[in-house]
Amino acid sequence: MELHADTTTNAGQLLAASSGGERRVGDRVFSSLSVAAAVTILALLGGVAFFLLIEALPAVEASPSQLPGDQSLIDYIAPLAFGTVLAATIAVLIAVPLAVAVALFISHIAPRRLVLALGYMVDLLAAVPSIVYGLWGIFVLGPAAVGPMEWLEAKLGFLPFFEGPASVTGRTMLVAGLVLAVMILPIVSAVAREVFSQTPRRLQEGALALGATRWEMIKMTVLPFGRSSVISGAMLGLGRALGETMAVTIILSVSGIVTFNLISQANPSTIAANIALDFPESSGLAINTLIASGLVLFAITLVTNLVARAIISRQNVQ
Amino acid sequence: MSPSRWIAIVTSLALLAVGVAACGSSDSGSSGLSGQLAGAGSTAQEAAQEAWTAEFENENSGATVSYDAVGSGGGREQFIAGGVAFAGSDAALEEEEGELKKAQERCDPGEVVEIPAYVSPIAVVYNLPGVESLQLSPETLAMIFNQEIDSWSDKAIAADNPGVELPDTRITPVNRSDESGTTENFVDYLSKVVPSVWTYEVSGDWPVKGGEAAQGTSGVVEAVAAGEGAIGYADASQAGELGVAKIKVGSEYVEPSAEAAAKILDESPEDKSIAKSPYMFPFELDRKTESQGTYPIVLTSYLLACTQYGSASEAEIVKAYLEYAISAEGQALAAENAGSAPLSASLTEKIEPAIEAIEAG
Repeated sequence: MELHADTTTNAGQLLAASSGGERRVGDRVFSSLSVAAAVTILALLGGVAFFLLIEALPAVEASPSQLPGDQSLIDYIAPLAFGTVLAATIAVLIAVPLAVAVALFISHIAPRRLVLALGYMVDLLAAVPSIVYGLWGIFVLGPAAVGPMEWLEAKLGFLPFFEGPASVTGRTMLVAGLVLAVMILPIVSAVAREVFSQTPRRLQEGALALGATRWEMIKMTVLPFGRSSVISGAMLGLGRALGETMAVTIILSVSGIVTFNLISQANPSTIAANIALDFPESSGLAINTLIASGLVLFAITLVTNLVARAIISRQNVQ
Repeated sequence: MSPSRWIAIVTSLALLAVGVAACGSSDSGSSGLSGQLAGAGSTAQEAAQEAWTAEFENENSGATVSYDAVGSGGGREQFIAGGVAFAGSDAALEEEEGELKKAQERCDPGEVVEIPAYVSPIAVVYNLPGVESLQLSPETLAMIFNQEIDSWSDKAIAADNPGVELPDTRITPVNRSDESGTTENFVDYLSKVVPSVWTYEVSGDWPVKGGEAAQGTSGVVEAVAAGEGAIGYADASQAGELGVAKIKVGSEYVEPSAEAAAKILDESPEDKSIAKSPYMFPFELDRKTESQGTYPIVLTSYLLACTQYGSASEAEIVKAYLEYAISAEGQALAAENAGSAPLSASLTEKIEPAIEAIEAG
């Protein structure tokens, strides 16, 4: 009890001191703390990149005959990089329009009472662990997708994406992409929702006053205003989809080939899923090879983010 | 903080201290064994190791044994690095990868102990409604898995199954997407028995592209169960409701069972070429056996240890644990919990001296 009282007094004294002439101490402490935090982030990033480079080096230097599958490092990683980008692209193509629609509904169309509940629900999607999405993918979405995928093969089989033969288990690239889309939906829609609701009132009211319908108002004011944020949200989502491991590991039937066929049993694996699948039984150079593929994933995400930054800054200048 | 909170915290700390003290003074087990033992390795052995550690700790209350199922490769690596006292490995140590030499260095001045401890049949499971029993010859099996045969109504399958009406369903072969000892043993069988059809190199990675792939034994079982016309390979104890194919051995078709699987070790010669100490028992499984009632698609998993350990207590606990694992009791426990095939009495007798040799260095 005494201790308790002491703490209170101390806090009071501190407050009194800080409201006096010694405010600069607080400022200095705060600024050095934030500088330290910023430096730590950079050091962490640099440390990860350094670790990847050092550990990948033996695999880069090794001859193909020493590497898993007796193939060169590029032949090993290329299909994986292709699969990574393919899965993430499908996810973004599906998730972004959906997320923008959800965000618009919440910010401009839904009745006020629903807004809060809906917002929570979308955010809740982000809280579901990825392994749960993976299990949902193989037990629910996969089997349910078998019929529709057979339909796609029959009706749209002339497209390379739906060439088939359709998988009988539903563990396809399309299903993996759909699950990834659900996973990145919350982040994309949260970013879009935030900026849509910040669209200046005067612009919206001006458009309505000029006789625009609600859709025209959204098209003329809200969407242009939010465009760069939607792009950055999509890039955040893309980043998550590129690195997503567990869900893809569980769902995808991987075969180490390069194909645009999204509904067959043979799919390219992704870098992250491949590391998760092969790491437990790997030793020696095989681990270096996996880390080299991790380095490639690191580079892909870095480039994605740089491109996103470039797009956004160009938009802002305009 | 309110006074009542403080009281609660102090009380719980006190209770904790009493609890710790109680633990410290209670190691008066039935045997003199005490201490900690750490092992790591094969995921195939995980269920058996769990049963062994639990029962072993039960019988020796002063001893704590942990087994980390990181995978065979990881287990061998940790064993060589001295991180764990014993390892479980789905493959015998080989010179090719330099692991055998490193293991010898780790055990120096003692020798490496390598004994088979876990034998488990791998079942060929299928999902074909209406077909209750399926017989496959090795050639047909290989052609199904390398995708030369893609329909259940194929002539080769019909020839193996006289009188059975086979539907015209497309075959979906399912393999493991992760590297695994199950895959390695399955393809080893195919490449030994039908080398003309199965021309791939043997490794834990599935060699054929374009098949359905799933993670882990449970993933394969789930994929086969989900897909009509699917066929896969999985630890026999995990086959569940799925159909299990009988495999042609000699002139008869044999179903995977513990007895049929255990028989193969008795008939297989030891691979003396890679045994670098009298305490190593690597087996060259006689996959081509034609002897009656033997099931040749099995996974054999080894325990790795040293004959000399730094301290007497460590040597004692390793020795006791390994002894327990291969004992009739331990093997029966593994059979019950993991569906493995118990080692035969003659084999146990043969490998026991290796464990006897474990001592403090």
